[in-house]
This record gives sequence, structure tokens and C-alpha cells, in this order.
Amino acid sequence: MLGLDKKDFRLLLIVLIITMLAPFILNPFPEGSGLAQFNAGYPDLMQRFVIFGIFAIGFNILFGLTGYLSFGHAAFLGVGSYAAIWMMKLVTLNVIPAIILGVIIAGLFALAVGFISLRRSGIYFSILTLAFAQMSYALAYSVLTPITGGETGLQIKSTDSPLLSNLADGEIGRANLFGMDMRAGFDISMGDWLFTINAGYYIAAVFMIIAFYLSIRIFRSPFGTMLRAVKSNQTRMYYTGLNARPYTLAAFVISGMYAGLAGGLLVAMDTQAGPERMFWTASGEVVLMTILGGAGTLIGPVLGSGAIKYMENILSKINKDILHEWFAFMPDGLEDFVITLVYPFIGKGWHLTLGLIFMAVVIFLPGGLVEGGQRIGRLLRGKKANPDDEKATQSTPAE
Amino acid sequence: MSKTDLTRRGLLKTSAIAGAGVALPTIFTASSAAAFTNEPTGDTVTLGFNVPQSGPYADEGADELRAYELAVEHLNGGGDGGMMNTFSSKVLEGAGILGKKVEYVTGDTQTKADAARASAKSMIEKDGAVMITGGSSSGVAVAVQALCQEAGVIFMAGLTHSNDTTGKDRKANGFRHFFNSYMSGAALAPVLANAYGTDRKAYHLTADYNWGYTTEEAVRASTEAMGWETVAAVKTPLTQTDFSSYIAPVLQSGADTLILNHYGGNMVNSLTNAVQFGLRDKQVNGKDFQIVVPLYSRLMAKGAGANVKGIFGSTNWHWSLQDEGSKAFVKSFGTKYGFPPSQAAHTCYVQAMLYADAVQRAGSFAPCAVAEALEGFEFDGMGNGKTLYRADDHQCFKDVLVVKGKENPESEFDLLEIVEVTPVDQVTYAPDHPQMGGAEASLGECNDGA
Amino acid sequence: MEAIILQVLNGLDKGSAYALIALGLTLIFGTLGVVNFAHGALFMIGAFCAVTLSRILTLSRTVVDETQTDFLGNPLEVQVPYVYDWFGQATGDAIIDWAVPLSILFAIPVMMLIGVIMERGLIKHFYNRPHADQILVTFGLAIVLQEIIKFYYGANPIPTPAPDAFRGSLDFGAMMGLDPNVVIYPYWRIIYFAFAAVIIGAVFAFLQFTTFGMVVRAGMADRETVQLLGINIDRRFTIMFGLAAAVAGLAGVMYTPINSPNYHMGMDFLVLSFVVVVVGGMGSLPGAVLAGFLLGILESFASMREVLEILPGINQIIIYLVAIIILLTRPRGLMGRKGVMED
Repeated sequence: MLGLDKKDFRLLLIVLIITMLAPFILNPFPEGSGLAQFNAGYPDLMQRFVIFGIFAIGFNILFGLTGYLSFGHAAFLGVGSYAAIWMMKLVTLNVIPAIILGVIIAGLFALAVGFISLRRSGIYFSILTLAFAQMSYALAYSVLTPITGGETGLQIKSTDSPLLSNLADGEIGRANLFGMDMRAGFDISMGDWLFTINAGYYIAAVFMIIAFYLSIRIFRSPFGTMLRAVKSNQTRMYYTGLNARPYTLAAFVISGMYAGLAGGLLVAMDTQAGPERMFWTASGEVVLMTILGGAGTLIGPVLGSGAIKYMENILSKINKDILHEWFAFMPDGLEDFVITLVYPFIGKGWHLTLGLIFMAVVIFLPGGLVEGGQRIGRLLRGKKANPDDEKATQSTPAE
Repeated sequence: MSKTDLTRRGLLKTSAIAGAGVALPTIFTASSAAAFTNEPTGDTVTLGFNVPQSGPYADEGADELRAYELAVEHLNGGGDGGMMNTFSSKVLEGAGILGKKVEYVTGDTQTKADAARASAKSMIEKDGAVMITGGSSSGVAVAVQALCQEAGVIFMAGLTHSNDTTGKDRKANGFRHFFNSYMSGAALAPVLANAYGTDRKAYHLTADYNWGYTTEEAVRASTEAMGWETVAAVKTPLTQTDFSSYIAPVLQSGADTLILNHYGGNMVNSLTNAVQFGLRDKQVNGKDFQIVVPLYSRLMAKGAGANVKGIFGSTNWHWSLQDEGSKAFVKSFGTKYGFPPSQAAHTCYVQAMLYADAVQRAGSFAPCAVAEALEGFEFDGMGNGKTLYRADDHQCFKDVLVVKGKENPESEFDLLEIVEVTPVDQVTYAPDHPQMGGAEASLGECNDGA
Repeated sequence: MEAIILQVLNGLDKGSAYALIALGLTLIFGTLGVVNFAHGALFMIGAFCAVTLSRILTLSRTVVDETQTDFLGNPLEVQVPYVYDWFGQATGDAIIDWAVPLSILFAIPVMMLIGVIMERGLIKHFYNRPHADQILVTFGLAIVLQEIIKFYYGANPIPTPAPDAFRGSLDFGAMMGLDPNVVIYPYWRIIYFAFAAVIIGAVFAFLQFTTFGMVVRAGMADRETVQLLGINIDRRFTIMFGLAAAVAGLAGVMYTPINSPNYHMGMDFLVLSFVVVVVGGMGSLPGAVLAGFLLGILESFASMREVLEILPGINQIIIYLVAIIILLTRPRGLMGRKGVMED
């Protein structure tokens, strides 16, 4: 269906159902309970899940298929954000044109960067992309301040009046989709549980489903096969009379456009664009998301980005007071002891947990979280490996 | 669909309990549910403390968090009450705010605008925070302030020194107690002229981002007004760690004073490097070479060690102040944590108290009511003498401290000595001052959310 | 003229830091074929060896001085370092003053040990894994190491000054007959440069003139053949990793008086040192050193006021710009070999 075989269609359907029910799935704990701290079903984080999912899916098209490790992908996200926010500041507060412009500008920038960087391969390529991204970051932070807002970044201000809007004087424009505010929504309360349904999230989720669908199509297309050939043996391809460059460049631009889409969506959900989005750690983050989830797999990048964003937003908010609440049932001495043990890993120590998880995943699950899922699946099915299943989600591990 | 998702958890919590066991979803529409964003309806109120917990300013963030915890303790009637006893407004009684017990949630800004907004949003959307406060950078302050304006909650800025926060980027829902670049320049210039004479040649090294620009502009303007000449101003990348190539040419330029418009790690490194190059042992134009650091932070000065000795700068507050408010604060902070508070801790504590007081006086948590209570509010006893929260730009106006690195520190906290307390009149400016965004800057309308 | 001499000096000094880190990275990459993202963390740990030693040297007993009071009005607790008790105050002060040079002796065994543990415990298992996995696991390790340091030492920089004797600066200008006070350079930075030169020379000599070095070089070129010859190359590689860690650590120790160390100084250097390694050419030791000095000098020139007036912002991007130009004109960096990390 939709040009997909049965397995892929099933995967798409699962992703579709999960994203549509995310507000419920991500809020498994009742309000007010100690575990509510772990609920992730609030709009901002859900939006980040799907947006960074898009970013990682796009990155995976380049890295997972061709093996080219770009260390500067955050630059395209950043450029997309700047383009989108300028569109909203100057022309219209409707998010669609802003997102489209973000995708186009990021695509053009990716074309330029890719055209130059793809002249080299391996780590030389990685460093070229890194260099472009770091230059973008440094310039956006400093000399380009009139365009980028510098350190402070760009927001929509009361003095902005886009051409196609009729804001009252001094009113601060808000991102909308044909009049629907991105922050519109309602809450559903069921017993002790509380779920937030948010317009912005669903708009971003629709974009992610489309992005995911396209990525399956690319993976399964002759173009995808060609990209895999680039990875396995470029020389052989060259001898058979094929030039790999146009294919890799196309993959690079496509993944740059995915990054631009993510950047545009970030602005649509939260009207702000700043330079740290382009810093090398941001580029590193998408690499980590992809490898953590499972590079070269369809669903891996989405899982990886979800895992990292979850830790960044949930773990970092647990403070000592909350720990005391949790462990209050213990006798005093033991309580303090347990808290001393746990405290370094949460709150301000969330980076430590992140580092340990990176290491654990690479050491024990070379194929990323997807491999972990498969192992559990196999265990459940009584260790009878189903080779057909493998194919559906896992292609060759990437380098 | 004109509702907003900024949920009113407090209300929903109680309704959820009331409707416990009801299987059918109860759908609330925002407009009918609450008068403003996150209206606290139970017997508690949640404040959001958004401070850097990772990254280079983590220690400063940790100190801010300590101050907030102390403030919450005092507001809820615990501890010795700290500055609540010396505060000129007496409406706070240690019974929470408007009778509601104060609770708080914390988040990590990572000193990145994006991360700070994400964490502020999670406090507003998930935890139902009715006010966001804290932070250790102007970029973050401006970004979070804009978010709070959109979301309809109050933002009480933490440590942010750039003119922009209450200048061109000022917002109706945002308030700053900390001083700014303009005030630093205005306070420093006369002291510098006094100490070093009026015919100095200054060389500026400026961190290449917004705060650096406003600080250079402010210090330049006020020193030039005193008769100083600016020989050169060179911008240095934020990510720079070794400043040797910027400092080496200073002596050649004929300048006899180096002004380091740097903060945090940049300041520690550039000052250390400048002293390494022996600049302070040199004589130029027949005068001793001097270095000035417009914005001092004791926490950071510690990183520069003995290099700060004798170097002038300005600061918002210092624990060695002898007024009743400062003494009370140092005492309760020091008793609880074992060391004196930093200026970041002080401004955050004061901001939390001022917010609580404003709510109490307004009789409501509604942002617009709180803002009205803060605007034009005059108070005393919070460590900076008589202070005014100016209505035009939501900036506090108070005396500014000019300090100098101490020659013979008695302890590891005793790094700065107060040279002069510049009276508030000398650092006051018009709300439409060109350095503050000129006539175009406006607060906009206050936003209650819902 | 003076300005140019000064910036060459600055460049050599910056370059020596880049070159030392890049040298260690290349040693590991060249011998073991591992991309070590934790190398910056090793540099940082080296710096914290100096901090730790100076903390150990100033371990103190507490004496309550009733005549003075602390900020809360309680009697002041005065810290008396144990070294005062053992060696008397004058010698004790001298020992504390010389903490940074003394740390060299302390850091070598510590860093070797850390390096060996890292290689045996972790890196060993990644020789045959894709580079992406190596990057992820060493990056994870770097974060963990950095957070541990932050947990114990806090996030703020910690001042670690050079001994009194080396403070102040040398007036090069006066020595060369130029105006005094114009070309001056701090003693410690001159020492740093000399130190780097010695270390770099020692590493090259070690690889060039010892049997051990010869085997390692042979292993770098063709690991399988060397193993077929019955040589235990693995053990030598472990020692090489320890050595590379020690080089990074020493670079860190000596760097502490230049800039106060903090927990993320390794990350600050990591990206730059990778650029240096790649510009030098993957796997080439001379290339790494050459690129280190080249980029150091160019960075210094780009920060000159005269240059910035013509090209504002060039100081922000010069290293990356040069890296792009070099990589486009020389496909494998300055001195890279064909086929190394190109796929």
C-alpha cells in the first residue's frame, strides 16, 4: 500500500499510531503522583520529539545509506530556522510559507556545502562539513548580528508587522496555520490522568509522518540502492561507469532539506532562532541520535532523538527535593545514602547519565536501540530469529 | 480553536480529583477555566527556577539555586527570615504567598537560548509555574523573557547585564533587578578618572556578541566624556580561550589602559593572560599601565586568582556591604551553606522576594496585576539601599558598587573591596536613551495568557 | 615589524599546544586505528593532575584563631598546610609554589595508567568496530570523565599559577635592539614552547631510533605482517596508548598557568585539534605538528587589529577557512597517506 510492501507499511502504521496517540502514551503516570515527573506528554517536549526525529531521519538518509558522516548538519537546521523566522517577521505569520522557505534555503545551502565537501570522502569530508558549520555559527554569533540577532537570536516583536497580517498596533504576532494558533489545544482529564492535546504538536507530527514515509520510499527506491552501493564500494561503482557524486550530492541536499524542515518547524512551534543551534555540539547531537537509535535503520534515528531529548528535558529537572520526596519512605540514614548515590546522575548531572548510556549502548548494542528492541523481540518469540523481520527494520550497520 | 495549551494544572488537578473514577473524558476549554496562565487554585503556588546547571556557568547557577531555596524557605516561614525582616515592605509574613505554600521546580538553561526556552516551557506547560526566574546570561534572559511575554507569565531576570534586556528587548512581563552595562560605565568612569587621571588612552578588548557590544559602548561613552581617548577596540570570539594574540599588541598601540569587556571564562582567561604579559608592570606615556574589568563577578574572579589584585570593576552587590539587609542576607545564607553568597545569589533572592511581595500587595497572581504592583515600586532594605523599579522599562535603579581586587585577601571569598558606592542619580538615564534602543523600544502590552 | 614578530611568537605558542594534542591523537589513530574523541578529556585530566597535586600539597590542618573572625563573626579557622609542619614555612612555600612543574612527575605515571586502563578496558574492544562506533563510545567516555571532574572540582576555572620565578616576561625587543617594551613575551609561554618542542622531539626520536619504535612504525604500516612475524604488537600498542595519554596529560599540566583549567577545556580543544590532525593528514605525525604550528600562526595573524579592520570577523573563522582551502587543494591534508580514513 502507498507503494510500500507489507512490512514497511506495518512499520509506517505503527509510527502513525504512536505519534497520533503520543499525548496519551507519554503521560502514563497520574498527575500529582511521584512518578508524574517522568511524564513527557507536554506540548513542548512532544514537539521536540517529532522535530528532532525529522532531523535525525534526514541525517540518516545521508549517513545511514551512503556512510558519509557529516559533522555540520546543524548548520542547515540553523539556516532553516533563520529563514523561517524572517519569513514570519516580514511576510506572514502563517507557518507554511515559513517552513517552505526554511526547507528551500537549507536545501540551497546544503547544495553549496555539499558541492564542495563531497569532493572529499571519509574524515576529510567530515571535517569540511564541520568547518562550514562552525563558520556559520561563529559568524551568526558575531559579525552577522544585524541579520541573526547574534547571541540573543531573533524573536517576533511587537514592532514586527508582517505584510500579510493585520495585527493591532503593538500586538505581538503569533505563529498560526490559517488562523489556528500553534498553541491552541485542550486538556482531557480522565480520572487522575491528564492529557494535553496541542495543535502545534499534531502539525509537526503530520510533517514527521510524511518525512518518515518519504524516507522509507527513498530507502526502498533504486536511488536508495545506489546510495548503499556508494557505501559498500565506491571504486567498483566508478569502474562500472557510474559517477557516485550526483547521487551522494542528492542525498546530501535531501538530508539538508530535512534539517531545514526541522529548523522551520522549531520556529513555527516556538518563534525563536539562535546561533547555538549551529554549534558543533548540535551537529554532534544528531550524529549521536542516529547511532544511538541505530544508523541505517528506518526507525532508529527517531528512537535515538527521542531518548536524548527525553533525558535532556526530564532528567535535568529532577532536583534534590524531588529525590527526598521519592525516598521519603526509607529510614533517614538510608534515605540520605540512596540520595547521595543517585544524585550525581540526575538534575545537573544528567550529562553523566547521557555519557554512560552512549557507552553502554555502543558496547552492548552495536546496532543501537533498534538492535535492543530486536533482541527483546526475539527473546519473546522464543529465540526464533525471523530473517524477514530483520530486513524490515535493519539494513547493514553503517560506518 | 482560539484556546491555548498553557495548561492550568492546578485547577485540573483539583477537578481531576473531584472527577476521579469518571471514565468519560472531561474536556476543559481554556477560556472558561482560568483568568490567566497557570492560575494557582490549590493551596500551593509553583515558581520556576531556570538556572544554568551544566556548562561554564554551572557554579553561578548553583549559587542562584541556593538563593532561591533560601527565599522559598523564608517565604514559607522557615529559617530566620533573611531580608524579609529588613525589607521596607512588610506585607510578607512568612505564610507563603497569598496564603499559598510556595513550591518550586528547577530546570537547566545550559546557558543556551534554545535549551533555556525548552526548560522554561516545560515548567509552564508541565509543572504549571506561574513565574519564571533565574539565568546567568543576557542572551538567555532576552529569549526567556520573550517566551514569558507570549505565554503570559512573569519573568524575573537573574544575572543579566546587557542593556538590551530592559533596553531594546524590554517586555511588559519581564523585570530586571540586576544593573546593566550603562550603569557600569557611568559608575566606573568618575572613579577611573579620579584614580588614573583624565588623559588616558584606552584599548578595548570586547567579547564579540551583544553583551560585549553594549558594554563597550557604555564604557567608551562614559570614559570619553571624562576626557579619555579610545585608541582601539578589538572584538574577540566568544569561544577564544587563549587571548595572547589580542593582548600582545596592546603595548605597541600606545595605549596605557586596557579595558576587558569580557565576562565569565573569557574574563578569567583574558585577565590572566594580560597579567602574564606583564602589562601591569609597564609604564606607558609616563603612566603606570592599568587594566579595567567593567563587570566583576566574585565567583569568576576566583578563577583568575591573584591576577585581580588592584583591578577596578563594578558589581551589583557584594557580601561585605554593611547595611542591615546585606548583613541579614549574608547571615542566613552563610549559616545555611557555609560561605557568603555571590551577587548572582543576591539578585535572585531579591527577585523572588520582590515577586512575592508584589503578588501579596496586588492580591493576585495575575501577571498584569503583579506587573502593576512592581511598576514604580520603591523599596529599601534589600542590600542596595533605596531602589526604584522603574515603570517605563522595568529596570531597577539603585546605587552601583565600584570595586577593586583586594591586595591582601583574608579568605578565598574576600577577593573584592568596595571602592565607592556610586549614588543612583549618577547612573540614571532616560528610558529612551539611545543605548537603550531609543524611542522605538517599548514594553508592549502586559499579557495574562488565557 | 614588531607586530609580526609578536604574532609569530604567539602563533608558535598556540601552535605548540595544538601540535602536542594533535600529536597524541595521531599516535593513537596511526597505531591503533582508533578515532579517540576522549583525547581532549585526557588533556583536561592532565591539567587537573596539576590542580590535584597543588591541592595535595596544600592539604592542611585547621587551627582556630580566636583573634580573627570570619564573615559570620565566628572565630576564623586558619588552614596550615602540612608541608609547613614537615619542611618549615619557607621550604613549604617553595614546594607549593612549584606545584605545576612538580606535577609533571605526578602526571606521567597517572596519565600512563589512565591510558593503559582505557585501552585495555575499553578501546581494545573497538579496534574492529566502525569509526562511528569508536567516536560514539569515546565521546561518551569524554562526557563521563568531564562530569566526574566537574563533580569534584566544580565548573569554575581554578587558578594554578606558575612558580614565582617564571612570572613576568622577557623583553625580546630590547634584546634585538628594538624599542624596549614592545616585543615582550611571558617566560612561561617560552617555557611551554620549549617544552613542547622537547616532547615532540622525544616522541619522534623514540619512534625513529628505538627497536620498540621501529616495531610500532612497522605495525602502523602493516599490522598483520608484523603479527605474522610473531611480534606481540598488541602489548606495544597498549604502551603507545599510555604514551599518547601521557603526552596529552603533560600538555595539560604545562597549560594550567597559561589559562586556569576548567572541566570543559578538553572539549574546547577537541574540535580544533581534530581540524589540526586532518589538515596535517590523517596518520601523519609530522603533518600533525606542522599543521598545529601553521594554524596557530595563522590564527594569531588573523587576530591583529590591522587585519580585522579590513576583514571583520576573520578571527572567528580563520582556522576553518584555512582547513577548507587546504583540504580542497591537497586531498589528504598536508602530509596524509592515501587510503587512510577515506571511506
